[in-house]
Amino acid sequence: MKKWVMMSLLLWASLLSTSLHTAAAEADALAQDPALEARLKVMSEELRCLVCQNQTLADSHAALAEDLRREIRLQMQAGKTNQEVMDYLVSRYGDFVRYRPPFNTTTALLWVGPFMLMLAGLVSLIVMLRRRQTSNTEASSDTPLSADEASQVKELLSKD
Amino acid sequence: MKPAARALIPLAIFLVVAFFLYRGLFLNPKEVPSPLVGKPAPAFTLPRLDDPTQTLSAKDMLGKVWLLNTWASWCTTCRSEHATLMEMAKIPEIHLVGLNYKDTNEEAQAVLTQVGNPYQLVVTDQEGKVGIDYGVVATPETYLIDKTGMIRYKKIGEITPQDVYSTILPLVKELQK
Amino acid sequence: MIPEIGHFSLILALLVGLVLGTFPIIGASTGNAVWMQLAKPAARVQFVLIGFAFVCLAYSFATKDYSVAYVAQNSNSKLPIEFRIAAVWGGHEGSLLLWALILSVWTVAVSFFSKHIPDDTRARILAVMGLISVGFLLFMLAVSNPFERLIPAALDGRDLNPLLQDPGMIFHPPMLYMGYVGFSVAFAFSIAALLGGQLDAAWARWSRPWTTLAWVFLTIGIMAGSNWAYYELGWGGWWFWDAVENASFMPWLVGTALIHSLAVTEKRGSFKAWTVLLAICAFSLSLLGTFLVRSGVLTSVHAFATDPRRGVFILAFLVIVIGGSLALFAWRATSVGRGGKFAVVSRESFLLANNVLLAVAAMSVLLGTLYPLFIDALGLGKISVGPPYFDTVFAPLMAPAVFLMGIGPIARWKEATLPELAIRLRWAFAISLATALLLPIVLGKLTPWIGFGLFLAFWVIASTAVLVLQRLGANPAQPLLQRLQANSRAWWGMVIAHLGVAAFILGVTIVKGYESEIAVKMQVGDVAHLAGFDFTFKGVTETRGPNYTADTGLIQVTQNGVERTTLRTEKRLYTVTNMPMTEAGISPALIHDLYASLGEPLENGAWSVRIYHKPMVEWIWLGCLMMGAGGVLALLDKRYRIKRNSKSKPSNEAEV
Repeated sequence: MKKWVMMSLLLWASLLSTSLHTAAAEADALAQDPALEARLKVMSEELRCLVCQNQTLADSHAALAEDLRREIRLQMQAGKTNQEVMDYLVSRYGDFVRYRPPFNTTTALLWVGPFMLMLAGLVSLIVMLRRRQTSNTEASSDTPLSADEASQVKELLSKD
Repeated sequence: MKPAARALIPLAIFLVVAFFLYRGLFLNPKEVPSPLVGKPAPAFTLPRLDDPTQTLSAKDMLGKVWLLNTWASWCTTCRSEHATLMEMAKIPEIHLVGLNYKDTNEEAQAVLTQVGNPYQLVVTDQEGKVGIDYGVVATPETYLIDKTGMIRYKKIGEITPQDVYSTILPLVKELQK
Repeated sequence: MIPEIGHFSLILALLVGLVLGTFPIIGASTGNAVWMQLAKPAARVQFVLIGFAFVCLAYSFATKDYSVAYVAQNSNSKLPIEFRIAAVWGGHEGSLLLWALILSVWTVAVSFFSKHIPDDTRARILAVMGLISVGFLLFMLAVSNPFERLIPAALDGRDLNPLLQDPGMIFHPPMLYMGYVGFSVAFAFSIAALLGGQLDAAWARWSRPWTTLAWVFLTIGIMAGSNWAYYELGWGGWWFWDAVENASFMPWLVGTALIHSLAVTEKRGSFKAWTVLLAICAFSLSLLGTFLVRSGVLTSVHAFATDPRRGVFILAFLVIVIGGSLALFAWRATSVGRGGKFAVVSRESFLLANNVLLAVAAMSVLLGTLYPLFIDALGLGKISVGPPYFDTVFAPLMAPAVFLMGIGPIARWKEATLPELAIRLRWAFAISLATALLLPIVLGKLTPWIGFGLFLAFWVIASTAVLVLQRLGANPAQPLLQRLQANSRAWWGMVIAHLGVAAFILGVTIVKGYESEIAVKMQVGDVAHLAGFDFTFKGVTETRGPNYTADTGLIQVTQNGVERTTLRTEKRLYTVTNMPMTEAGISPALIHDLYASLGEPLENGAWSVRIYHKPMVEWIWLGCLMMGAGGVLALLDKRYRIKRNSKSKPSNEAEV
C-alpha cells in the first residue's frame, strides 16, 4: 500500500515539475529593439572595423568597433536614416570605412570593369569563332601526311 | 590584331600589375588620411582633467592656433611620443591641448605626474564620443586647428621630431600670421 | 644541433636544385642525354633533403626547442603535440618550408610517373620545377630562415594563435598548398612544351591527370578553410572575400578553366594556346598569392608579419618567373598551331566560352582585390573593397558559365545546332524556372536573388539529368549496370562534379535567403525560440583545457517537446596569449545547422547567447566534396591505369 502511495506521489511530483518546467521563463531579447538591431546588423556588415585586420564592424569585438556600433545605435534611436548615419561615418573616417565602395569617378572602373571585361571577352569570342569559319584555308589537320610522317604513323600504330 | 601582338597582352597586364605591387610595398594600407582636414573641427564640450567641474569647448580656442593630441594612460605609443611632446611644449608658438581618450582621471593624472605634463590643458573624453566625432581610430592622433576652427593637418601615430620641424612648426607659424 | 643540420640540409637542397634547374634543361636543347638523366636523381635527392629539413623543424617544435626563434614565436609548452606540429606551418618561415616541401613532393612524383614521356620533355619539366624550388630555397636562406637561433633562448614560447589551435590547422594549409603548388606541374608541362616547340594532344593527355589532381586538392583545401572559418569564428560566416581567400580562389577559377580546356586539347587538339596560357596563369596566381600574404601590400586576417625586404625579393621572383613565362608564351604561342576545326555552335565553342567566362571571373576578383592598392598607389586616397562588392559583382558574372554547364555536355563536338539543343533542354528549363518561382513561395520568401540562385541550381540538376537519361537511354536493351558502365569514369566524374556545383549554389542560396538568428539574454532554465525549435539554457560550468580555461554553456534543443540535441558552446581564455575565443556549439545536418554562440556574462548569472538557424548550409561543403569526388573519379579512369602488360583491350566506353 505504502509503495503505491509513494509511487503515485512521485508520479504527481514529476508531472508537477514538468509543468513547472514548461512554465519556465522566456529568454529576453538582448536588444531592446530587435528591429533596430536588425537594421544595425545589416549596416555594420557593410562597414569596416578600422582597427582590425579586415573584419566587418558586425564581427569585431574590438573596443572601437563596440563604440562605433553603440554610436550607430544611438543615432538610429534618435531617428536618423541609414543614409544619414553612413554620411556621418564617412565624413569622419573617409570612404575607407565602407566595404561597398561608392560609385564615383575613382571607383567607376571597379564597378564597371568586370562587366566590360565580360562583354569584351564575349565579343572577341564571337569574332574569333566567326573568323575561324571564314578562314577555311587553314593548313591544320587537313593537310595530307608526308611520306615520312606516314611511315612514322605506321610504326606507332604497330606498337602496343 | 596580329596573333603575335595579341599574345603579348597577358605579359603587358602582368607588368602593369607588378608595377603597382612594387609601389604598394612602400605604402601602408592601414594609414588612412582624414577627410576632416580642411573642414571645421567638430564642436565639443568636455570636462577638464585638472578640474572636472570646469569644461572646455572647441569654440573657446577660436582665435588661436592649437594642437589637439589624443592620448591615454594605457597607450604605449603615446609614451614614446611623450618626449617629443615635452620638447614641443617648450616652443612658444605651440599650444598643446590633450584629449584624454577612454581613460580614468586617476590613471591619466598619475601618468602626467610621473612623466611630466606637456599640455596647456587636458580634457577628458571617457566615453570616446568626441573621439568618434574626430574620426579617431587609435591613439595617438594629433590635429592642428587654426584660428577660425578649421582642421589644417592631422598626424596619425607618433609625432616625430622631424614632423615637428618640417611640417607642424612651419604650418603653425604660417597660420599665426 | 638539429636546427643547424636542418639548415645545412636546405643549403644542400638549394645546390641540388641549381643542378636540377640547369643541366637537364640545357641538355634537352643540346641533346645531351647524360645531363637530361640528371633530372630524376636530382629531384629525388632534393626531396630527401627538403624532407629532412622539414623533419628537423618539426623535431624542434616537438621537443619544445625555444632556442629556435621561429619555434619561440609560434609554440608553447602547454600547446598539445598535434598543434605543435601544425605550428610548423603557422608562421611565415615555416609555411615557406612547407611550400618547398610540397613542391619537391610533386617534383619527385613527376619523376616517378613519367615513363611514357620523352626524355627531353621530362628533363625540361623537372628542371622548371627545380628552378622554382631554387627561388623558394634562396628566399628562405636569405631572408626567412626557419632555423634562425634565438640567443639567449626564450624560457617559453609565445604560443600559436588560438584561432589556429584547431584540427583545421592540421588539414587546411597542407591541402591548400598541395593544390596551388600542384599547379606548378601543369605550369612546368607548359613551359616544357613551349621550349620544345611541341604542343600536341599527347602533351595534353600527360598533363591532364596532374592538373586534375592539383585541382582536387585545391578544391578540398578551400572547402576545408571555409568550413573551418564557419565553426571557428563564432558567427557562422564562411567566406569573406579576404585578399588571401581570393588568392586561393583565383587559381581555382583559372584551374577549373584549365581542366576544361585540357579536355578539348586532348580530344580535339584545339585550344592549345589557351590551355598553355591558362596553365601559366593558374600557377602565376598561386605565386601572386604567396606574394600577397607575405608582403604587407594588402591587409588581411591571414597575412604573416611583413617586411619590405621580403616583399621585394618575392616580387623580383614573380617578375622573373611570371614575366619570363608570359614572354616565352608571347614568343612561342604562334608556333603552337591550330587544332581541329569547330563550328560557331559546338561543344568546343561552349567550352571556349566557359574558358573566357572563368578567366573574366578570375580577373574581376583580382581587380577587386588589388583595386585599393591601385587607388592608393595613384595617390587617389584609400578605399575598401569587401564582401558587399564581391557578392554583388561575382554572382552575375558566374551565372552565364553556370548556365552553360547545362548546355555544354549535351552539345556535340565539332558541330551542334541551337534549335536541337533548345528542344532537348526545354523541359529542364521549364522545370528550373517553375521551381525557382514556386519553391520560395512554399518556403515563405521570394526575392530576386533567391529565385536567381534556385534557377541556376535546378537548371544544372535538370540539364544534367537530361544528359544522364539520354546516355543511359541509348541502348535500352542492355541491363542498367552495363549501361552505367558504358560511360567512362571521367564522364561520371564530370556529372558528379557538375551536380556538386549545383549543390553548392543551392546551399548558398537557401542559407543566405532563409537563415535566421536571435540574440538573447539567458538565465538557467530560460527558453528561446527560433525556426520552430526551443532552446533551453542549461547553465555554464567552468572547464579547463591544456592551455586555456573556459566557460562551457549547454543548450538543450527540443522541437515540440521532443529532445533533439544539446549544443555545447565555450568561451575560452587562452592563458599564454590572454586571448579570448568563442567555440560555437553546432548541430549539423543536411537539412539545416543549429548554431549557438556563447556571448558575455551579464548580471545575475545570465549570459548573452546568439542562436542561428542555417538551413542547408552544409550543402556548401557537400557541393565542394562532390566536385572533389568527381575529380577523383575522373583520375581513376581506365585510361590512366599504368599498363601491366602491353596488351590492353580497346575501351568501348563513351568518353567525355
